[in-house]
Amino acid sequence: MSPNLTYVVVVGVLVAAGVTLLLERSLTRVLMGIVLLANGVNVSILAGGRFGGAPIVGTTPDGEMSDPLPQAMILTAIVITLGITAFLLALAYRSWRLVGNDEVQDDVEDRRIVTLAEQDAGPGGDEESDEDSDDEGTTGP
Amino acid sequence: MLVLVVVHGLTAVAAPVLVRWLGRQALYLCSLAPFAALGWGLAQTGRVDQGGAVTETYRWVDRLGLQIDLRLVTISWLMVLLVGGVGGLVLVYSVRYFPAGQDGLGRYAGVFVAFAGAMFGLVVSDNLLLLYVFWELTTVFSYLLIAQDPTRRSSRRSAMQALLVTTLGGLAMLGGFVLLGESAGTYRWSQIAEQPPSGPHLAAALTLVLLGALSKSAIFPFSFWLPAAMAAPTPVSAYLHAAAMVKAGVFLVALLGATVGGDQPWRPLLLTTGLITMLLGGWAALRQHDLKLLLAYGTVSQLGFLVAVFGGGTANSALAGAALLLAHALFKSTLFLVVGIIDVSTGTRDLRELTGLARRTPVLAVVAGLAAASMAGLPPFAGFVGKEAAFAAFLHGTGTADLVVLTVIAIGSTLTVAYTLRFLSGAFADKPGVPEVALREPATDWLVGPAILAVAGLGVGAAAAPLDTVLTPYSDTFPAVGSAYHLAVWHGFSGPLGLSVLVLLAGYALYRVGAPSGARLPFDGAAAYRRVMSGVDRLAVELTGATQRGSLPSYLGVILLVLVAGLGGILIGAVPWPENARAWDTSLQPVVGAGIVVAAVTAVRALRRLTAMILVGVSGYGVAVLFVLHGAPDLALTQFLVETATIAMMVLVLRRLPEKFSERPIRTSRVGRIALGVAVGVVAAAMTYVAVGGREAVPLSDAFPGEAVSFGGGKNIVNVILVDIRAWDTMGEISVLVVAATGVASLIFRRSAALARRRGVPVPADQPVTPGWLSAGAGGQSVILEVVTRLVFHTIVLFSIFLLFSGHNAPGGGFAGGLVAGLALAIRYLAGGPDELTAAAPVDAGWVLGAGLFVSVGTGVLAMFAGAQVLQSAVVDVHLPVLGEVHLVTSIFFDIGVYLVVVGLILDILRSLGAEIDRQGVPAP
Repeated sequence: MSPNLTYVVVVGVLVAAGVTLLLERSLTRVLMGIVLLANGVNVSILAGGRFGGAPIVGTTPDGEMSDPLPQAMILTAIVITLGITAFLLALAYRSWRLVGNDEVQDDVEDRRIVTLAEQDAGPGGDEESDEDSDDEGTTGP
Repeated sequence: MLVLVVVHGLTAVAAPVLVRWLGRQALYLCSLAPFAALGWGLAQTGRVDQGGAVTETYRWVDRLGLQIDLRLVTISWLMVLLVGGVGGLVLVYSVRYFPAGQDGLGRYAGVFVAFAGAMFGLVVSDNLLLLYVFWELTTVFSYLLIAQDPTRRSSRRSAMQALLVTTLGGLAMLGGFVLLGESAGTYRWSQIAEQPPSGPHLAAALTLVLLGALSKSAIFPFSFWLPAAMAAPTPVSAYLHAAAMVKAGVFLVALLGATVGGDQPWRPLLLTTGLITMLLGGWAALRQHDLKLLLAYGTVSQLGFLVAVFGGGTANSALAGAALLLAHALFKSTLFLVVGIIDVSTGTRDLRELTGLARRTPVLAVVAGLAAASMAGLPPFAGFVGKEAAFAAFLHGTGTADLVVLTVIAIGSTLTVAYTLRFLSGAFADKPGVPEVALREPATDWLVGPAILAVAGLGVGAAAAPLDTVLTPYSDTFPAVGSAYHLAVWHGFSGPLGLSVLVLLAGYALYRVGAPSGARLPFDGAAAYRRVMSGVDRLAVELTGATQRGSLPSYLGVILLVLVAGLGGILIGAVPWPENARAWDTSLQPVVGAGIVVAAVTAVRALRRLTAMILVGVSGYGVAVLFVLHGAPDLALTQFLVETATIAMMVLVLRRLPEKFSERPIRTSRVGRIALGVAVGVVAAAMTYVAVGGREAVPLSDAFPGEAVSFGGGKNIVNVILVDIRAWDTMGEISVLVVAATGVASLIFRRSAALARRRGVPVPADQPVTPGWLSAGAGGQSVILEVVTRLVFHTIVLFSIFLLFSGHNAPGGGFAGGLVAGLALAIRYLAGGPDELTAAAPVDAGWVLGAGLFVSVGTGVLAMFAGAQVLQSAVVDVHLPVLGEVHLVTSIFFDIGVYLVVVGLILDILRSLGAEIDRQGVPAP
């Protein structure tokens, strides 16, 4: 099958723009990045199917139909993207209500562990700390 | 035998309930299970004392060679008696040990009985894998028993320590078992023993097995976990750490030794580690002030003794080992139980604080004295009989190695005598200048258990001759070296007797001198354990810190870099590049494509949210036009509707968010992002180019037009694919939509009152739902828009239903129909606010979503009940009076489900992102 260069360019630009936005910290931009990325990938799938008339029996002769299978896949993807969009919007709104912006924060617990690693310290907590206190009945005097 | 294991299991399960009903008296009932094992063991005496065996076999996991092969031979018979007898007596003792109403007593009883059952299973297992299963069960139950008081840190820590050490050993042992079993072709030990294993793997296998046995029996260098495990309640120590669990390792050595005792590295390893343990443990016991710890170190020492004696590998040493095994279990559990009574009655276990107990609790002192005499090796107690036999076994040995062993055993026994005296005098003697501690007189029936065990120690010594008869079949499985020895209290004046006297005198002298204070053990396994554990913790922190940076962009960056490097590398290096590319199919494509490109690039650069949103929308509509040009009307329809819905949603949320993006000043990171984005874009484009160009196979869908009509009953192939050919995909997809809708709702509605609003019920109730048809909405909405909306609403909904039903043969279908209906609701909401939405759709979005999923799933399931495959559709042509011939395909019901899910999703979004956000208003900054 011969690749359609228009599709190739559109895929490249949509994916590039999508990824650039995806790497941002603002959730709204991340969301738009996902929408662009999804469109890019959809076009990429579309490019894999034959070009032709609408795949409806009776409207188009069998041999001239566009390939319906990628279309069904894309249709599914489009609607799922809608669900994800709604979810991310809710996340962005929630984040904005809680902290006053919609930026993705670093995970506090992960940062704590990174700090510990930089200090060459152990995780602390229950089994590690204070060897000597509260040792009744476990070691000799 | 399996019946007994099951009885233990059932009793364990019932124990918590029994304790709740009967209080601590329930422990009497629980003790029936171990006593049953004891009774059964005694009943089998006649079958094993001639060297016979009792066997049972049940099939279990054939593919693993794992069967329930149970086999009772002499040594396991001995262990069954100990496990059952001591277990039952300790349970009876526990009734008095724990105060009435003690927390966790039900758990204690259950776990204790379960442990006894696992221990019973362990000693009667003939299949090595089965033995391993029971072995690890005892480890787990002992963990639970040591941590009986989970609120104390020391409990938790020592339980964890015991668990880690013994599990590590257990894993090594499993490796050894697998090596043994796979090279022998069977996991039944009785069969392996008939054809003794050999070969290069044997040394490795034996080392691994011994690693397990030694760690379980607290042999150097694993000794440290046993003293730490004294955090357990004393009855637990008396059972697990004197009679049962620590004996599991010794038992394994005793069982396997008859067959593999001559192979390397069995004997040297056991002798070395056993003797070192005996000396270190005895030495440490001399330095303890806590009676329980003194006993614990004494146990470590005795376990070393046992392991060394069994490791001797001759018939005489095996006989001595078996006798010592019995003697040790009897006296050591007695002494633990005595310490428990002292502890509870006086509130202390410190031998520096206890004084005059011999006067004040004479019966207890006598019981302790009997057991201690056995421990020290005084005639005619069991301990004496066993020790004499051990002396004799090595005295009559041949090599110098035996003499070295004998010397060390004698020194170890001297230490034993010394710490026994330290124990007795520390616990019971009058100490001048020490104030008497308060004493609650222990109840008489509390003493029954320890007294029986102590007297049994005396009885065994007196009955040495019959014991010898019973145990000889076991020791005869070992190679005989020198003349056969027989257990007896009196052998006449002989070398062992002289040695015994010498040991007693030296022990007394050592006790008088006392251990030099401040002397420490040269090596403590606990330190190594701590180093390893903190090393593991450090490694975990470093690894987590290095990989889990907590920053979303950096995670995504790593993923995308891998994509670029991996796929990019393949694309450059390994694939042929197609050369038959065409620029476009129709000349409109590049025009639309250029529009998409411009919109996308501008969207990236936009600083305002609304601008970016509109540009993204434009590129989306552009993609929809591409779909039209490609010959995909369904896609185009859906894409147009989805883009519209997306824009509506975004407007709802973005009106609340700040107008501009908060800009980050760091330029370098922005350049990096763009570079990575471009790289991924190039790879994706190249991938599309290569993949499309490389496509050679005939499309799967070539046969679809015919199948769609004949099987799917529809002409719109895309729709038939969705609701029939690949209906499972669609099913998954609508499930995702339901989940997403639920997620949105739970992110926005957080309280139960808010959830009522999701159902469309206005809260508070003093804002009445707008009454009547065509009445204007409250607030600043446009009346004209609202009226017009109401007028066209029904038409739009009707159109959506038309799309739904016509979708099987023309562009449309459940998705498109649902989106249209959803947009109709959105217009109502935008025009009139939440009240209008409630008036238009007075149902909970959750109900709509659920109903949709139910209808879709139900269609599939009905097909199954009708005898077809799940989600298979049928074509029905019926004649209805008014409508005429109706061509009905059952998959339409599936599509109705899809329609409902989509409507529910959008209704949910409007209620969440629209109405609820409106209500919450602008928060205080």
